[in-house]
This record gives sequence, C-alpha cells and structure tokens, in this order.
Amino acid sequence: MGSNDSDRLLSSLTQGMNQRWSRRRILRAGAGVAMLPAFGGLLAACSDDEATAGADATTAAEGTAAAPTDASGDTIKVGILHSFSGTMAVSEVSVADAEKMAIDEINKAGGVLGKQLETVIEDGASDWPTFAEKAQKLISSDGVAVTFGCWTSASRKAVLPVYEGEKALLFYPVQYEGLESSPYIYYMGATTNQQIVPSIEYLLEEGKTKFFLLGSDYVFPRTANTIIKAQLEAAGAETVAEEYTPLGHTEYSTVISKIQAAQPDVVYNTLNGDSNVAFFKQLQAAGITAEDLTTLSVSVAEEEVRGIGADVMVGHLTAWNYYQTVDTPENETFVASFKAMFGEERVTADPHEAAYIGVKLWAMAVEKAGTTEVEAVKEAMAGLEYQAPEGLVTVSGENHHISKTVRIGQIREDGLIDSIWETPAPVEPDPYLETYEWATEFHRT
Amino acid sequence: MELFLSQVFNGLSVGSILLLVAIGLAFSFGLMGVINMAHGELIMVGAYSAYVMQSWLPTVIGDLGNDLYLPVALVLAFLMAALIGIVLERVLIRRLYGRPLDTLLATWGVSLFLQQAARSIFGAPNVQVVAPSWLRGGLEITSGLTLPYPRLFILALAITCLVGVYVYLFRTYRGRLIRAVMQDRQMAGALGVKTSQIDVSTFALASGLAGVAGCALALLGPIGPSLGTFYIVDAFLVVVLGGVGQLLGTVAAAVGIGVSTAAIEYQTSASLGKVLVFLLVILFLQWRPAGIIARRGR
Repeated sequence: MGSNDSDRLLSSLTQGMNQRWSRRRILRAGAGVAMLPAFGGLLAACSDDEATAGADATTAAEGTAAAPTDASGDTIKVGILHSFSGTMAVSEVSVADAEKMAIDEINKAGGVLGKQLETVIEDGASDWPTFAEKAQKLISSDGVAVTFGCWTSASRKAVLPVYEGEKALLFYPVQYEGLESSPYIYYMGATTNQQIVPSIEYLLEEGKTKFFLLGSDYVFPRTANTIIKAQLEAAGAETVAEEYTPLGHTEYSTVISKIQAAQPDVVYNTLNGDSNVAFFKQLQAAGITAEDLTTLSVSVAEEEVRGIGADVMVGHLTAWNYYQTVDTPENETFVASFKAMFGEERVTADPHEAAYIGVKLWAMAVEKAGTTEVEAVKEAMAGLEYQAPEGLVTVSGENHHISKTVRIGQIREDGLIDSIWETPAPVEPDPYLETYEWATEFHRT
Repeated sequence: MELFLSQVFNGLSVGSILLLVAIGLAFSFGLMGVINMAHGELIMVGAYSAYVMQSWLPTVIGDLGNDLYLPVALVLAFLMAALIGIVLERVLIRRLYGRPLDTLLATWGVSLFLQQAARSIFGAPNVQVVAPSWLRGGLEITSGLTLPYPRLFILALAITCLVGVYVYLFRTYRGRLIRAVMQDRQMAGALGVKTSQIDVSTFALASGLAGVAGCALALLGPIGPSLGTFYIVDAFLVVVLGGVGQLLGTVAAAVGIGVSTAAIEYQTSASLGKVLVFLLVILFLQWRPAGIIARRGR
C-alpha cells in the first residue's frame, strides 16, 4: 500500500511543536488518551480518516485503471462501495468479492444489453460520512448506473439521502433491523420478518419460554430486541434479561455470570463483530456448551465461525436465509465458482449470497427494461423472479425487499452450518411488520 | 455466595488481563514518557504469533505441537514484538524524545500502518486460535463455581511477568541502569551509562511484554487486525490511574479497575459499567492527579 503516504504523514508529524519535556504534560496527554472514548468515537473517527488516506491510494489505482474518462457506450459502469479498511473490512471485503464474482460472470456471459460491466470500487473505510462522500462521488463523477454496497445500518442510513437526492440505485446486501423502505434502495438481505421473527417462532415451538437477550449497543440489536420483546410478550413468554455491551467489547465474564444466575432457556444473541469471538470463547472456557445452553445468533455466519473457531461454536444455533450447505443446483455452482475464484479455503455465507443476488437481479432488470435508466429499471424490478442459490426469490415492487426462505441452522464441527428447520415457502418481506397483530407500534403511520 | 465468589474471581481475572496489557506500557509510557499509541498493535503482533505457531508447529513436530504451541508462541511473541519495538525506537521514537504530542501522533500513524499490514498479510477476517487441550475446561470448586483454565493461566502469566519485571528492575545491574537513566538522564550519561542503548532495550522490553499479552489474550478474545484498538485505551487508563512510573501503582490500578468493573457491571450493564468506571477514574484523578501512587518530587 501507499508507503509514500505514510512517510509523508510521519514526516509532517515530526515537524510538530518542539515542546519542553515536563511531567505534568506527559500526565495530561496520557490522561487525555485514556479519556478519549468518553468523548464518543473520536479516536475511531480520526483513525478511520487516516486509514482512508492510505487506502485510497490502492482503490484509486484500481479505480483509474478500470475507469476511463467516459463510458463511451461500450461499457456500463457499476459501483462497489464497501469498507476495505477499518473495523468493518473484516466483513465487507468478502461481500465485495461476491459482487465482483457476479459481475465477472455477467461479463463472461456477454454483459448486459451487449455491453461489458465496468466496476468502480470505492472504500467507505468503516466511516459513515466517508460512505456518503464516496456514494456521491460514484454517482456524480463516475456516473455509475447502480451501486452495490454498505454493510452496517449506520452506513446505509448515511448514504440513503444521497441516493434519494440523486435518484440513483443502491443494492444493500445484509440482513438488517427492518422499518425502512426507500424508493431507491433494494434490500437483498432479510428484514426482521424473514429472520428474527420466524426464529423466535421456532424457539417458542421448541418450548423455550425464558429468553435472555444479549446484543451490542447500537441501532440493530436495540431495534431487534424491541421487536422481540413485543413478540415474546404476545406469545406469553418471558424476557428474563436484556443486556447490551459496547461494540468491540471483549470481556464477557460478568455477562456469563448473569446468564448463569438468570437460568434462561435460550440466549438470543445479536452481538456484532469481534465481540462474538470473545463471548463464545469465554462461554466455552466457563464450561458451558451448546448442550447446557441454547444460543441463537443472527450475526454469526460461516465466515465468522471460521474466525471464532468451530470447536467453540459447535452445536450453537443461527438464523439466516442461506448456508453454504443448502442443497440446490444453483448453490452447488455458486459455491464452486466462489472457491475457484477466491480459494478453496473460502466459505460462502448469507451476506455473500445476498450480494450476489443483488448484482444478478439488477442485470436481469436492465435486460428486461432495455435501459439502465433508473425509473425503467425500478419498474422492471417489480415482481422479478430469480432462482438464487438459496431458492426462488421474488422482488416486491412495493417495498423493494425480496421474498426469502428462512432457515434455522446448527453449527457443525467443520464450521459449516446445517439447516435444521426451514419455512416451507419463501417468506414475503414485511419491513414494517404490518401483517403481525402484536407489532402495531412498528407499523407505518 | 457462589455467584459472589465467581464475581470476585472475574474481577481478579479482568484485573490480570488489564495488568498484562498495561505492564509494557508502564515501561514505555510510565518510565520513558513515550506515549506509544502503537502499543495495541504490538499486542496484535503477539496474538498473530500465537496463530502462526499454532498452524506451523504441528507441521514440524506433529501432534505434540498442538499442546506445545502456546509456550513457544509466548517466546516468539515476545521476540517479534520486541524486534518491532527496536525498529520503532531506532527509526522514529528516538527522534521524538521530549515531544510527547508528536510521539502520540507519529505512533498513532504507526498503529494504522501495522493494522493495514496485518490485513494485507493475514487477510481482513479474524483468524482462530484453538486453546491447547490442557487449557480447556476449568477448575471446578463447587458445582456452581468453575474457574476457567484460560483465565487462571492469564492470571498466573500476569503474576509471572510482574515478578520478572520487578526482579529485572530492582535486583539486576541492568535494571539499576534503567532506573538511573529514567530518573536523571544527564547525570546517568555523565557517569558513563550509554543512555541511548538503555532507551532501546527498555523500549524493546516494553514492546515484548505487549506481545506476550497478545499471545495470552488470543485464548479469550478475537484475533484480527483491529484487535489492538480494543485494549489500548484500557492500558493507558491503568497506567495513568496507577501513577506514571509506578509499577506497584499499575498493579493496584489494574486490580482496582478489574474488581470494580466486575462489581458495577453486575449491578448495572456493560455499557453503563464502562461509563461509571470511567467516571470513578476521572473523579479519582481530580482528587489525586498523579494517580494512586505519586512519584515523590525532586
């Protein structure tokens, strides 16, 4: 990466103030360092900015290589906007891989409307304002026909006004907390009624009545748990505790003590990112296995299991729409091409598949519309059906989500996930839970 | 009762983790006055050492490697982190002594550089370290009170590092030189101590200790490029609260923060617990700005 950049950074820093060495100053500066998190993610925010500076060198190089001055009619430009640096890179890099693979497949099959797709890649750098800025750049200066991107809800909320303002299209690949339906965003991941609500129904069917809700402290887990609590109350089940830990939290001994004291039937886990590693490792270290305690996670997929350790996760439950083990001919091809392109040791997981679906659906809609013009593509999208690796999906023209089969999975010793329960048919998307009586408080007004 | 005892143990365990991540910093920041923002990334280097050893050692000595990788990795982690520390000191920090703010920003840059380097070498996703078989499970005191072996191991390791550092600083010739230089650089230099050599070896030791911490924490936490950012703030908090330059203060602060975190978090929640602990530390520093144990003025 840009070693020149970092050299320049360092030399400019070394030319700072030349100050006298005093004990008080060290102390004060040190205390300042320690107190930083008290003032919000200042540290993270700044570090992300600098990471962007470094990472841009690489993406810009790729970008310019792939982006001549104008799409002179031979190619159609499409944007990929994910975090390739910063904390979210852990998840987003491989989702971008799935998108690249889909674009590659389309190009090999002759492109869209007879034109090759040309990818412009931008790094959101795990920083939400950067996402908005790069989205604007993709639309205005690169003139992309569509963007595939974002992971966190925060980044999606940051770019939403950009896409609505510019009347441009974004395909979002991750399951999320629902309660959103933008006319310019297509949601390829599950909304709550395609993941969380059915998974609670499954647990209730299994006779679980005491739920311990554990999540990271931000918008997705808090919204999800509000919905879960309403659903549990309506079903007469009990929420014994609701615990949130800061993002990046790594110390779970006390939470585990609380779980032991509360004696729940199930721990419903909406922890995100690295906290899952710490939680499951420490749960195992405390001598608690999947046989002693049922946990169901909504943010742990094959890729995460690899980072946590399959031995720690074996037997625990997950809720998704797709697993690598799903038995369809489409999935067989999907897994094989993914491994051929990125390496035999790689795994495919729900967000990868959703990202892949997004690219394919957009291409189908453009073919159907005969143009990349946004309103025409939107019209073509409505009701579009696609035989995806997870099974048949249908685009809802009304709320821009897709119908998806819901699957409860159990983690195997080799780190893959077996589907142990699934809905008989794809579940229609209902982001505002309008078909659920207990959910009146979430309905669109 | 069992719950109370297990929370006491959790508190001590959190304290030992804090001590382990902070003890290196107590050297570089406490003794040398270097605000090393890359301390967290040296911890990360240690964690990746455990990962590398875990994958490599069994290919050399067979199944025995699965049990032995951890002690070997501890040594490797120390050496790797110390090596990076030496380069860092020689190339960068040495030029910035006496300019704490510049050091802060420069080492921050280094930390970002190391994070992205890890991402390039090992990939963005986390990697896994499987605890060796002798560290799985726990010591069962009663049916409701189990002390996990990884936590006991970290507790023992923290105590070992502490004793080692104490003996080195206060019972060896070289330790005496370090103390002399840190107390009065010019005077020590005038008496023939090669201060720049002492600087680099002290910084290497500080970095090596961070590596050891990372290697041990791989048993309980995530191993990924941004792992260092989870611990850096806590490490500074411990050193500042303990009193800069005071080994005993660092120990007291680590145990104090650990136990109070466990207690407060149990009564409230993890998020609120963190806020309250921060608040207590701020209040304490208002009352005693120099920390738990203040260095006597000269």
